[in-house]
Amino acid sequence: MSTTETISQIDRAVEQDSKPLIVASGLNKSYGKGPAILKDISLSIATNDFISLIGPSGCGKSTLLKLVAGLSQITSGTLTIDGKPPAKARDLMSFIFQDATLLPWRTVLQNIKLLLELQGGFSPEQMQTTAMKLLELVHLKHVVNHYPRELSGGMKMRVSIARALATQPKLLLMDEPFGALDEMTRDYLNEELLRIRSEQKWTAMFVTHSVAEAVFLSTRVIVMSRDHGRILNDISIPFPYPRVSSLRSDPLFLQLVGRVSQALRESHPEEHP
Amino acid sequence: MIKNIKRFLWPGSVFVLVLILWQLATMVFHVPVYLLPGPLKVIQSGFEKRENMLISIRISALEAGLGFLCSVIGGVFISLILALSPLVRRCMMPYTILLQTVPIIAVAPLILMWFGNGLPSVVFIVFIICLFPIIANTTQGLISVEQSLLDLFRMSNASGGQVLLKLRFPHAIPNFFTGLRISSGLSVIGAFTGEWFASSNAVGQGGLGYSIIYANSQLQTDYLFALVVACSVLGSCFFFTVVWFEWFFLHNWHASVMKTETE
Repeated sequence: MSTTETISQIDRAVEQDSKPLIVASGLNKSYGKGPAILKDISLSIATNDFISLIGPSGCGKSTLLKLVAGLSQITSGTLTIDGKPPAKARDLMSFIFQDATLLPWRTVLQNIKLLLELQGGFSPEQMQTTAMKLLELVHLKHVVNHYPRELSGGMKMRVSIARALATQPKLLLMDEPFGALDEMTRDYLNEELLRIRSEQKWTAMFVTHSVAEAVFLSTRVIVMSRDHGRILNDISIPFPYPRVSSLRSDPLFLQLVGRVSQALRESHPEEHP
Repeated sequence: MIKNIKRFLWPGSVFVLVLILWQLATMVFHVPVYLLPGPLKVIQSGFEKRENMLISIRISALEAGLGFLCSVIGGVFISLILALSPLVRRCMMPYTILLQTVPIIAVAPLILMWFGNGLPSVVFIVFIICLFPIIANTTQGLISVEQSLLDLFRMSNASGGQVLLKLRFPHAIPNFFTGLRISSGLSVIGAFTGEWFASSNAVGQGGLGYSIIYANSQLQTDYLFALVVACSVLGSCFFFTVVWFEWFFLHNWHASVMKTETE
C-alpha cells in the first residue's frame, strides 16, 4: 500500500509540470441521427487546472462532462484521460452530481464508504479510517451516524464531496453541484472546495450557471455557445491560490466577471431579457 | 400514553355507539335471530363455540400464512427476472396480467384436480391471489432507480451483483412493502375462497370459510357473524404484522413511516 502511494505521489509530481491530463480533439457528439450536441471540441486540460464550463442551458456542457466520465459515448473525434479512453480511466476520477445522490438507507458514514466497498480491496478498518478523515475534512464529524434526510442541502453536498474524494481521484468532475443551494451556502462551499483542493491537488472540471462561482474557483473559464455546442471563449483567471472570500470584491475579479458575462451574452445574442 | 388514549377515544366511542344502536334495534323491532342477531348474541355464540372457532382460525391462518409466504418468495423471484431487462418485461407482462385478471373461482376446480382436497389446494389459491400485488410493486421499485445513482455505480465500475444488492434491492424495499400490505389482506380472502372449494369437509375440521358455509346452511346466523369477525381479526393481524415489519425496516430513512412533526 505505502509503495503504491509513494509511486502515485511521484507520478503526480512528475505530471504537475505541464503534461495535459485531458485531451480532446475534433470531438463531436450527437444522439442517434439528431442534431450535433457538441461540435468540433478541441481542448487540453493540464493537471493543475480547475476548469469551469459555463454556457446557456442546452449548450452541451453537461454532455461534455458525461463524455469525459465515460458515461456517454463520443460520436467522433478523440478524447483521452491520462492517455486512456474515458471508460478505462474511471479509477482516476470521481463524479459529483447535481443532487447529492446519497443513498437514503445509508448513514453519512456508510454513504462515504460506498465507493470503497464497490471498488473492493479495503479492510473495514481502512474504510473506517478513510471515511473518518474525510468527514473531518468536510467538517461533518458531528453527523456521522445521521441519515441523509436529517441533513441540510449544503451538508448533503459536503457528504457527496467527501464520498467522491474517498477513492483519491486525480480528476474531479462536478455537474452543477451547488446549483440548488442558496447563495450564502454556495459561497461557503466554494471556499471549502478550494481549501480541500489545496490539500489534495486534484484536477477539476466544473459545470455551472453562475459566473461569479466560475471565476472564483477556476484557473480557466470555458464559455460555450448554444448553437452546436462549440467553445466560444477560453478565459484564464490569473489569481493565485489560496483564494479567500475578499477576492469577490476585488476590482480585477469584478472585471473578469464582467468579461465572462459579456462572453455569455454573446453566446446567445437573440435572447435579451 | 394520554395521546394514544385520545387517538383511540373517538373511533372507539363510535364503535361502542354503533353496537348499542344495533343491539337496541334488534330488541325494539324483534328481528329474528336467523336474519340479524344482535351483538350480544354474536359474542355469546362465539364464546360457546370457541373451541371449534379456534380450530377454524388456526386452519385458515396456516393456509393464508403459507400461501402468503410462498407468494413473497415467488413474487420477489419473478420480480427479479422481470427487472432484468425491458425485453423480458415485455415478454412476460401479458402473463402476469393474465394471472391477475383470471377469475380464481373459475380455475379453482382445476386447482382442486391438480392438488386434491385440503391444504395444498387452498395454499395454492392464496399464492395465486397474493402474487400479483407483490410482483407489480417490487418490480416497479427495482426498475425505478434514478439515473444519477446508476451513473454513480457505473463510475465505480460496480458489477451487476453490486448494483442489485447495494442499490436496486434497498431501493425497492418501500415498494415491496406496499405489495405486502395489499397481499396480507388478500391472503385471508384467498384462504376463505379456497375453502369454499377445497376444504376438508369433516364437520368442525374446516377453516373459517368452510365453517361460514356450514353455519349458513344451519341458519346459525349468530355463529356466522362471529366467524366473519374472526376473519377480519385474522386479516388485521396479518396486515399489522406487515406494517410492523415495514416500520422496522424503513423508519430510519423512508418518508412513509417517518415520524412527522404534526403527530
